[in-house]
Amino acid sequence: MLKRVHFGPSALPYLLVAPQIIITLIFFIWPASQALYQSLLIQDAFGLSTEFVWFENFKELFTDEHYFGAFKRTIIFSFSVAALSMGFALTLAAMADRVIKGATTYRTLLIWPYAVAPVLAGALWVFMLDPTLGIFTYMLGSFGYEWNHKLNGNEAMLLVIFASAWKQVAYNFLFFLAGMQAIPKSLIEAAAIDGAGPVRRFITIVFPLISPTTFFLLVLNVVYAFFETFGIVHTVTQGGPAKATEILVYKVFNDGFIGLDLGGSAAQSVILMLIVIVLTVVQFRYVERKVEYT
Amino acid sequence: MNFRKLTLATAVAFALGGASASTFAATEVQWWHAMGGVNGERVSKIAEDFNATQSDFEVVPVYKGNYTETMTAAIAAFRAKQQPHIVQVFEVGTATMMAAEGAVYPVEQVMTDSGEAFDKSTYLPAVISYYQTSDGELLSMPFNSSTPVLWYNKDAFNTAGIDSAPTTWDDMKTASEKLVAAGYKCGFSFGWQSWVMMENYSAWHDTAIGTMENGFTGLGTEFVFNNDAVKTLLANVADWSKDGLFKYGGRRGDSLSMFTNGECAMWMNSSAYYGSIKKQAKFEFGQSMLPLDTAVTDKAQNSVIGGATLWVLKGHEQDEYKGVAQFMTYLSSAEVQAWWHQETGYVPITTPAYELSKEQGFYDSNPGTDTAIKQLSLNTPTPNSRGLRFGNFVQIRDVINEEMEAIWNGSKTASDAMDDAAERGNALLRKFEKANN
Amino acid sequence: MIENRPIITFLSHLFLIFGILIIAFPIWITFVAATHDAVRMVQIPLPLLPGDQFFENLKETLTRGMKGASAPPVGFMLLNSLIMAMMIAVGKIAISLLSAFAIVYFRFPFRMAFFWMIFITLMLPVEVRILPTFEVVANLGMLNSYWGLSIPLIASATATFMFRQVFLTIPDELLEAARIDGAGPLRFFRDILIPLSRTNIAALFVILFIYGWNQYLWPLLITTDQSMYTVVMGIKQMLDAAEQSPDWHLIMMTSLLAMLPPVLVVVLMQSLFVKGLTETEK
Repeated sequence: MLKRVHFGPSALPYLLVAPQIIITLIFFIWPASQALYQSLLIQDAFGLSTEFVWFENFKELFTDEHYFGAFKRTIIFSFSVAALSMGFALTLAAMADRVIKGATTYRTLLIWPYAVAPVLAGALWVFMLDPTLGIFTYMLGSFGYEWNHKLNGNEAMLLVIFASAWKQVAYNFLFFLAGMQAIPKSLIEAAAIDGAGPVRRFITIVFPLISPTTFFLLVLNVVYAFFETFGIVHTVTQGGPAKATEILVYKVFNDGFIGLDLGGSAAQSVILMLIVIVLTVVQFRYVERKVEYT
Repeated sequence: MNFRKLTLATAVAFALGGASASTFAATEVQWWHAMGGVNGERVSKIAEDFNATQSDFEVVPVYKGNYTETMTAAIAAFRAKQQPHIVQVFEVGTATMMAAEGAVYPVEQVMTDSGEAFDKSTYLPAVISYYQTSDGELLSMPFNSSTPVLWYNKDAFNTAGIDSAPTTWDDMKTASEKLVAAGYKCGFSFGWQSWVMMENYSAWHDTAIGTMENGFTGLGTEFVFNNDAVKTLLANVADWSKDGLFKYGGRRGDSLSMFTNGECAMWMNSSAYYGSIKKQAKFEFGQSMLPLDTAVTDKAQNSVIGGATLWVLKGHEQDEYKGVAQFMTYLSSAEVQAWWHQETGYVPITTPAYELSKEQGFYDSNPGTDTAIKQLSLNTPTPNSRGLRFGNFVQIRDVINEEMEAIWNGSKTASDAMDDAAERGNALLRKFEKANN
Repeated sequence: MIENRPIITFLSHLFLIFGILIIAFPIWITFVAATHDAVRMVQIPLPLLPGDQFFENLKETLTRGMKGASAPPVGFMLLNSLIMAMMIAVGKIAISLLSAFAIVYFRFPFRMAFFWMIFITLMLPVEVRILPTFEVVANLGMLNSYWGLSIPLIASATATFMFRQVFLTIPDELLEAARIDGAGPLRFFRDILIPLSRTNIAALFVILFIYGWNQYLWPLLITTDQSMYTVVMGIKQMLDAAEQSPDWHLIMMTSLLAMLPPVLVVVLMQSLFVKGLTETEK
């Protein structure tokens, strides 16, 4: 945690952390504690009448089947996004690692969806799969499949998964490629001399060696899917049809921002914060360990 | 180097911030609205024209996203004491706004307090009844009001051999069958499904949506829309979708393109789509009144409006409200209203505006454009047809949307879905009652 | 490669090209849509090949501004986005470098308390705490300002955490050597730590620039002055114009323009970005 060799006590460190601490206190801790307090209230939208109800909002959440539905959905969604984007990125990285020639060009061409705003990514995918206008819808239609994600919940889910995974492929690809390029060539060569083919080498050598990267990416992707896909869901489906794509972050937003149920929404934020803290600790311990042993 | 960059950005920020904060001589009146696209340009024009008529006040229209985003932004601003003077709120937000007595400055009172002449009798009853208290005080100023009509594709009707627009649900079925037989992908579709298929269906047939006069007389209201009439109709529609007579195309106006590209020859949705349809459709189209369910009644009542009104928020200086009042007068003048109505397809909110449009020959050169207003004023509104006032209705509409979607994709029967919708809706009503007591 | 198997190499290229096509297809469609007119964009099937309206649409988008949103021209919104993204990126890097330096290199009372206070903010997105944050910003009078747009989004620990990791891997000998030379903490920070974290700073810059550029809900909530609108916000507004169908050709043209700066940042800085990102993770 702290350097073995360090500077002695003085006022300086306080000055150094001050900007960050002040910003964190004002714009994070304070609003978050407001949310915490709000979660114990039932209040009208304008804040004109307030009733302190202890844990009633939480009780209501835990007896609401739709809340558990959102929970389950979020887990399915997150792991699907992680699996799809990581799987695709891993395959691409394995290929790029192999070809050497042109690897940088490929990287350039694959990297940029990372820069596209979630709201835009959502808009693009909606545009391509619009039930009446979409170009993909038209293609699917000529195969006799009628795509309508506004009606079919599974299709809606697929759509947000695709849009979310699409954005994340670039990032995963970078990490996988870097991980693979760090593997000593001598290891691979030795295996090749032993007669192991490319697939076999990938399974027995490359994949195990990049497993720390894989784990790290898994956490990162799940977190991404949990929290940062808000913009995508917001533009693509608004949680519909029939709640089929209402994930937790979206529900917090929907109940609070649109439904103006501030207490219920705040209670959900509190639960999300707890999840975040758990995920953070998991990731932190993992990263810490790596730093210590490498 | 990083610090230099930061300083640069700061300098730029200050320069621009300073430029944008130039002071106005006139008193500023903030008007937050939800009109994007072409209608947003029209809103700006109204504000500009008003500003040109006088020099004391400057109305500043600010686009704040869609209806829900605008409303929430205004509420958040109110909580932080940064509220605009005027905010445009859609009709489902009415109960929420009404319950906020400490925040809302009833528009009728604004007019009286500012000494602005205000004659309520010139407003169309079906329009203002939605926004009055039970003792008749007008709370917000109707601005863009519309009502669902039946849009139809005349060319397709000719091809399929249909003589006139359907007037009953039986006709809808026959016409759709003919259309599908003639090779069309679907007979009809609709948007804003809760509004069109439940709320307006109930008003049109003079049946109640909830107890206590659809919520007008108290917060203790409960839903009764899960009745046989609604259930039977929805079950039929779901049944017809199997043969392609009906095709679901999404919430709000998402299904518009199904109509304009000729896929579905009939479409039930707001009269305010006139502009878009005119721009996009490459065929002759017409509009007529909503179909009647003859199993329920043999005489249509009147439809209810949708769209939005302008609410005035408390917390500003009294003389600023003078500007608000003057602007409201300007806004509801016959000329402005007639122009707005003719440009957008929203209904004129006053009788003089309607008369003026008639005089100008608008309905003669654009046949069918008076369907909405005729339909709204077909009869004197009854407690079942003057509108609805349910708290948390934004969420409740979502619930109804969800349950209806469950019917269309076959995962629930119409009966179960409507019962569930009513049950979930009632829970939200109770929550609202609790938060506002 | 290890052994020469032309077929496998060929297949690898093929697969990569296929992958790129999949990744790039949505952008191609965007580009195509931006080159047609409004009428063509509602006819089925939509075009797969570009039309001839590219410059028309570009002109309309750049000069006319967001249709009806009474918003400033797209060029102006792009500038706002740029300022916001820069302030977030530079501001966050600056405060994080300082706080990470303090936490790693100093022993002082409450060090761990500070660390956890920062750390806990690691992931919770703004959307989830947006209403209380709005109240704070409003009460501080920061609505409609670049400060209000950027500072609340700086309150997150990712960057601090990353620099902490970087500093921990820097050998202690460097500090010892610096001390022997008589360098104080600030000189050590400026002459050794910053140069050594250069690639990480670059990587973070890319991430934060994109993060800032792509914000939607926050700018929407806190700006009422059109001169503060950002471009991503503008596009979302074009998408849900009430009771009208979206003008896809103009939306897509604006989308192209809005994508360009962050994509350029990633592509141009990619080698630094990749190095800075992956090196801390090893």
